[in-house]
Amino acid sequence: MGFLSQLSIAPRSAADAPLHSTVARFVRRVEAMPPGVCPVVAHASLLHAGAAQSCGKCVPCRDGLPRLAAKVDSIAACSSDENSLAECRQLAEMIRDTSDCAIGYEAATAFLDGLSQFAEEFESHVKLKSCEAGIGQSVPCETMCPAHVNAPGYIALVAEGRYAEAVNMVRKDNPFPTACAFVCEHPCEERCRRMLIDAPVNIRGIKRFAVDQAPADTVPAAPRGVDTARTVAVIGGGPSGLTCAYFLALMGHRVTVFEARRQLGGMMRYGIPAYRFPRERLDEDIRGILESGTITIRCEEKIDALRMREIADTYNAVYVAIGAQKGKTLAIPGADAQGVMSAVELLGAIGDEEYPDFTGKDVVVVGGGNVAMDCARTAVRAGAKTVSVAYRRRKEDMTALASEVEAAVAEGVEMMVLQAPDSIEVDEAGHCRALVCQPQYIGPVKRGRPSPVAADKPPLRIPADVILIAVGQDIDAAPFEECSMSTTWGRFDATDDLHALGGPPNVFVGGDCQTGPATVIRAIAAGKVAARNIDEYLGYHHVLACDVEAPPAHSNDRTPYGRVELVERLARERRSDFDDVELGMSFEEVRQECGRCLRCDCFGAGTTEGGRQQYE
Amino acid sequence: MSEQGNEPMRELRKGCLEEQARAREVRLTIDNVPVAVAAGSTLLEAAQHAGVHVPTLCYLKERSAVASCRMCVVEVEGEQHPLPACATVARDGMRVVTHSEKLNAYRKLTLELIVSSKGAALASLACDTSADANACTSELSRLCHELEVEEPLEFAQVKEIPLVEGNPFLAYDPNLCIECQRCVGACNSAARNHSLQTRMRGSHVLIDAPFGQNWRETECESCGNCAQACPTGALSLRKRGRRALAEPEGRAGESAHTVRTTCPHCGVGCQLELEVRNGRIVSSKGAFGASNRGLLCVKGRSASFDFVSSPDRLTTPLVRNKETGELESSTWDEALRLVASRFSHLRDEYGGRSIAAFACSRSTNEDVYLFQKMARVALQTNNVDSCARV
Repeated sequence: MGFLSQLSIAPRSAADAPLHSTVARFVRRVEAMPPGVCPVVAHASLLHAGAAQSCGKCVPCRDGLPRLAAKVDSIAACSSDENSLAECRQLAEMIRDTSDCAIGYEAATAFLDGLSQFAEEFESHVKLKSCEAGIGQSVPCETMCPAHVNAPGYIALVAEGRYAEAVNMVRKDNPFPTACAFVCEHPCEERCRRMLIDAPVNIRGIKRFAVDQAPADTVPAAPRGVDTARTVAVIGGGPSGLTCAYFLALMGHRVTVFEARRQLGGMMRYGIPAYRFPRERLDEDIRGILESGTITIRCEEKIDALRMREIADTYNAVYVAIGAQKGKTLAIPGADAQGVMSAVELLGAIGDEEYPDFTGKDVVVVGGGNVAMDCARTAVRAGAKTVSVAYRRRKEDMTALASEVEAAVAEGVEMMVLQAPDSIEVDEAGHCRALVCQPQYIGPVKRGRPSPVAADKPPLRIPADVILIAVGQDIDAAPFEECSMSTTWGRFDATDDLHALGGPPNVFVGGDCQTGPATVIRAIAAGKVAARNIDEYLGYHHVLACDVEAPPAHSNDRTPYGRVELVERLARERRSDFDDVELGMSFEEVRQECGRCLRCDCFGAGTTEGGRQQYE
Repeated sequence: MSEQGNEPMRELRKGCLEEQARAREVRLTIDNVPVAVAAGSTLLEAAQHAGVHVPTLCYLKERSAVASCRMCVVEVEGEQHPLPACATVARDGMRVVTHSEKLNAYRKLTLELIVSSKGAALASLACDTSADANACTSELSRLCHELEVEEPLEFAQVKEIPLVEGNPFLAYDPNLCIECQRCVGACNSAARNHSLQTRMRGSHVLIDAPFGQNWRETECESCGNCAQACPTGALSLRKRGRRALAEPEGRAGESAHTVRTTCPHCGVGCQLELEVRNGRIVSSKGAFGASNRGLLCVKGRSASFDFVSSPDRLTTPLVRNKETGELESSTWDEALRLVASRFSHLRDEYGGRSIAAFACSRSTNEDVYLFQKMARVALQTNNVDSCARV
């Protein structure tokens, strides 16, 4: 061209742009880390990844990380002695403290954190020359599901159009196929192996398709066992209590469920709004459960200490699953004003069809969890003029599912982030007038979460006729504590087999009241564990028949696909009714989605001894 | 600008100047020794000022301060982690600790990594700590002696890498290289040749020394400043040879010393350290002279001493015997008298324009000045030139 160009728009390394896709693959591979991987092996690979990023300038990173990785490889292979842990620590501390940039020091910091976090596992490798019990891969979805539902099995059944059998495959471990089809947080998808190829299989969406095709109350339950004439009382008719009742009834025990409220369902009815989980669909699951055997329902019976003692004396065993029903309050001036109510109060009333009317009102919700979103979206449907969510952290720090936040925003909810409630302005009549917030800025990470710090900004006044407090729930454990059942931080203490500590010897406890507010599927898992252990406690060892078998697997379809996501009805339409917001998959969508399942029950670790989390 | 307006300006300028003067110096403590150093000084320089020895390896004054070896890490009060003294600028009020149990352990561990980062050759070179520190053959081994690093049992690299030795002046032995990058600094930042680079491949970093069979096609001028910077001898002068490297103090009974001199090749006046053994120059090294600051060119480094002991070297003037036609040894007086009489004769017979004066490029400016003066005054000619065409 006659002149020598000085600059070029070409990247310095031609490989950098294509490397993006390699990096994306790397990310997916890391995210798909199969449950059961030995932490020592995981940390060795993290160190190798760190060493691979070294630019090669500095000794601690360039020479230190490969050396440390090799040492940890050797620990992982159980071929190192006890001194190796101290050597690794020494080397890692040197790398952490003397590296020039984060590639070096963060790699070492991560390893040192792992060394403390997994101290027992590291010890086991050098002392016992083996992994700790439980380490070892198994089917990811089934393992990650707290109730260990056979997901590959029911996905394959749905693929074959055998929807009723799919429902029963779920029921083998979880009598709430419909509830989990609508509201489960699907931990089964977290480590889905399909992520290696494209994205996790939409397992919940597939289940939703199955229960839409074969409603749970139309599918006959598994055959019940012979009556044992043993009696079990279940305190609490929520997901945990009813799950326990279901399995105990199938075994042939006589179950009585005591429920304080008018109807069964617990938080599925009195916490989750109908637009997320229509009541009639909840009733399908409940009807299915009640058909399983001898279950007596006693609603509107609140159990006090005296009754609890009686029940424990009368029944052969008791399962306490009272949930976390008490809304936490804010300790700020004006918190007792009229118009201020807890999320639990609002959603609880709706459970019994007492819908509020917020027409023309300004509503402010305090909190950033799923319950806060439920309140906000309910307020929209109750006709509120404006609905705001005041949250002291950022949107990305909200514990609510991102999809819930997005849906609320679409329905017109304003997210007022970095606003810490400071006081409530009250009018002469004692009614709230506004929520006054102290603006925050996001600060250092504490215990894994960025923490808010008060900002040097003037307070913000948010006009409010109604203030809904959704900052968590507590457990109303007092009557049971009177029966000397032991609690920590307000939660019941129990062994891993859910035998209650303190109190009468025939009492088991589980669900939210033992873990603190959690998810439906965790409550279900606890009910299932309690039922099995109560059965053993009563001197039985029932085996529950499941006459459904997973169809044989097809070979993997290795073509990358997009994941089919469930869409919601138009925001401008759904915001004015309490009908179901989510639309299920179409037939062709569910067929493609089922075809993406890699059948980890038939390939890889799932076929090995100990590769399943199933029991009969 | 009005008269009134000048007064505050003058005040402001005065204030600025005072502030600058204050800013030129920073005060800190090194191991509780208070020191004041010029602004912009590093902690390493401050430590030297305070008389505190901080171990270094990759650092080389005016060549490289990439802080890659982390030998010189020190603790600074208020900092979350240790900092490299060679690359950290001193600030007012710093409280620096250069030696602690932790720092010493880190240094030793880091040096152990360096020593075992290649094969047995590097390890044995580094850890010949049998005798005293003065007997150490390289900077690396002196440091190993200081930090009491023992010969490692395991090495990161087992297979030997072939030497790079196509260049007649310089060779690279990757097996002895610790990738400290002093050579890279010497070639790029100091000599500005930009012919020796690192090949960055993470933990597999290598020095790309242009001394292979294709050395003629490279930009390398074979100046050897890289080899002078090398703390292990991975980069070496072929003229000097491995024997001199392995026995810097010479064999038993040999007398050895260094001589500081000026390079004879051109008028720049580069300062040399010549290593003399048994009366023979075996090697040269750039000294920190005003004009060369430790640098040398290929001639200064590799072609400045061989001729000294060459059998062909003339040690007396030679005068041709007219009868035999042979050149015969003579005295300077005799030879110069002959030259003077012949030139005078030519000038007187044919005029000054019949004579041209041509000076050698190795002459200094002063010499060349005197030379042309002589040509014009004594030889009466303006025909003056020099072969210096640099």
